Amino acid sequence: MRKLLTTVLAGFLTAAPALAEKPDDGLVFESAAALKGKTVAYLPIAMGFDLTEAWVTGLKKDAETWGYELTIRDPNWSVDAGAQAFAQLIQEQPDVIVVHPPEIQAYARLIQQAERAGIAVVVVSLKASTNADYFIGPDWYDMAVAQTKSVIEMCGKSKGGSGKIAVMQGVLTNPTSQYGIQAIEATVAESGGDIEIVSNQAADWDASKAHAIATTVLQANPDLCGYVGMWDNMDVGIAAAIREAGKQDTVKLVSSGGGNRDSACANIENGNFATYISYDAAAQARDLMMVVRSVLQNPPEEPGAHPVALYTPLRSIDKATMHSGSCWSLDTLQAYGP
Amino acid sequence: MMATRTRSPLSQEMIVAAIAALLFMAFFLTQPVFRTTDNLLSLLQNVSILGILGLGMALSIIGRGIDLSIVTVMAMSSAWVLQLANSGLPLGLALLAGLLLSIAVGLVNGALIAFLEVPAIFATLAVATLNYGVVRTALLDDNLVYLKAEVPGWFHAIGGGALFGIPNPVLLFALVCLLLHLFLRYDIAGRFLYAMGENPAAARITGIANRPLTLLQYAICSVIGFGAGMILASTIGSVETRIARSTMVYDVILVAVIGGIGLSGGKGGVRNVIIGTALIGVLLNGMTILNTPYTVQNIIKSVILMLAIVADSILNPRDEQTSQQGDI
Repeated sequence: MRKLLTTVLAGFLTAAPALAEKPDDGLVFESAAALKGKTVAYLPIAMGFDLTEAWVTGLKKDAETWGYELTIRDPNWSVDAGAQAFAQLIQEQPDVIVVHPPEIQAYARLIQQAERAGIAVVVVSLKASTNADYFIGPDWYDMAVAQTKSVIEMCGKSKGGSGKIAVMQGVLTNPTSQYGIQAIEATVAESGGDIEIVSNQAADWDASKAHAIATTVLQANPDLCGYVGMWDNMDVGIAAAIREAGKQDTVKLVSSGGGNRDSACANIENGNFATYISYDAAAQARDLMMVVRSVLQNPPEEPGAHPVALYTPLRSIDKATMHSGSCWSLDTLQAYGP
Repeated sequence: MMATRTRSPLSQEMIVAAIAALLFMAFFLTQPVFRTTDNLLSLLQNVSILGILGLGMALSIIGRGIDLSIVTVMAMSSAWVLQLANSGLPLGLALLAGLLLSIAVGLVNGALIAFLEVPAIFATLAVATLNYGVVRTALLDDNLVYLKAEVPGWFHAIGGGALFGIPNPVLLFALVCLLLHLFLRYDIAGRFLYAMGENPAAARITGIANRPLTLLQYAICSVIGFGAGMILASTIGSVETRIARSTMVYDVILVAVIGGIGLSGGKGGVRNVIIGTALIGVLLNGMTILNTPYTVQNIIKSVILMLAIVADSILNPRDEQTSQQGDI
């Protein structure tokens, strides 16, 4: 009896450390090992604004948790500096390059070069003409269709509006503008004369330029009913022009963007924007975090050969549909992760 | 002490004024929308920030220098003011901090140029980058700063309000024009600035304190930049610091130079900036009303500006007498 007790006790004691150890479910250790020590490079248009700061939050958390190295290169809105940084990254041979291209064509060849060098490439938000392994971002065409439909709903002649709308593009070589304007024109044509575009200008993503142009457009078209903008950070300039003209009740501004509270929900609340189409950058941050995990565990055999599209579900926000979860704030995202 | 001017039947200033007037008449006669009072006011409002910056640039060029940091000062100091206000500092104090920051940047510019004798173009270029970098990393959380704090109504009125139907930015542009005109025309420092711009060595021999004058010159430039930044910030309710790295400073130089302020210094005045600003304003406004595509606008703008410069070099050819050392 005593011997039995000793054996049991001894067995228990030796088993004790094993109990504290995490059980192997057949994947957990293997996947963690696949992430450890890898390198991930992040090359946005620029750091320091809501979208790019949001996207990187998930990667930062994961780099810490799983022990991969995260390199961030900030070309600060310069296409040249971005291309240089990209070329440099290809030399450094990270496992994954996450890139946010400033223009459709700018990085086309560099993406191919990276793929030839065996590096997996993930493109975020702005679709490049060359396909990478993954694309995470909105379908800009669908996005602009949603915006235009929303403005037709408010301004179409059949709905009692004047049927006159204006469009403010950003940078013309950017997919938001390039595919967006085609979508707007096609949707307007489809409306069969219910709506017409009286002004189509570009403001280079600059709120002050947008303000100047919108001021003139509002003067030139006293019966303007709607304005379609292409990015919240620029569209606040249009909103200021509408406010100054005292036309907040008559001119409906339809904007779009990543759904940051300061830029999106705050502007719906104060009446600057009538409708806002959000591509929820916080959700994209989560997508990006997971895609990078996936690529690190299962690196493409031939980078770029089988591009995967993860088009972000779009969310339409207006005063009626806005709820506490419609927007996100960078502070909480940075503190708690996506 | 009068600035010497090349007396020719048509100066560049007059050519540009004529082109602006021609364009104005063309739009006036063909576009009913253009000739409304409201549109003409918005035309002025849209170029008033550019005009104010142009005045600062003119000041630096008249003193035989150039201030490439003016747009950076505009963006960074106004962004800092918004951030300070957001963090709970009373608006008055935030404004004072922004003003002091801009003066400091101006004094650094001036000191580099006056005491270390670094050419203005390099000194201000370096300071622009330094100012952007330091303020962005040490003082700002974000590239884009929204005004989130509750501020008194007068602040929004700076850029967004109007007096007697005239938008405040236009009135402020007029005010800066007047102040700078009085300074350049009637203040001793202003007169000395022309002397220094015309011939620094001669100015020095006659006893003008070139170095303190240079400090003053760049400090004023920076303060003008700060003022423009606050108008912009209060109009839109946010500051995008990316503008500091944009090509806007070339537009600002253009407004000053196209109006006839010689890059060699000592020439021109407030009137030249007004004419340059008017040309750009009429062009932009008219083309927006005509809904000219963006790319075409750029072509038209550059062709007209080139015409003005070509016309000037045909009518007022450079020769040994009219060209000066230091002319770019």
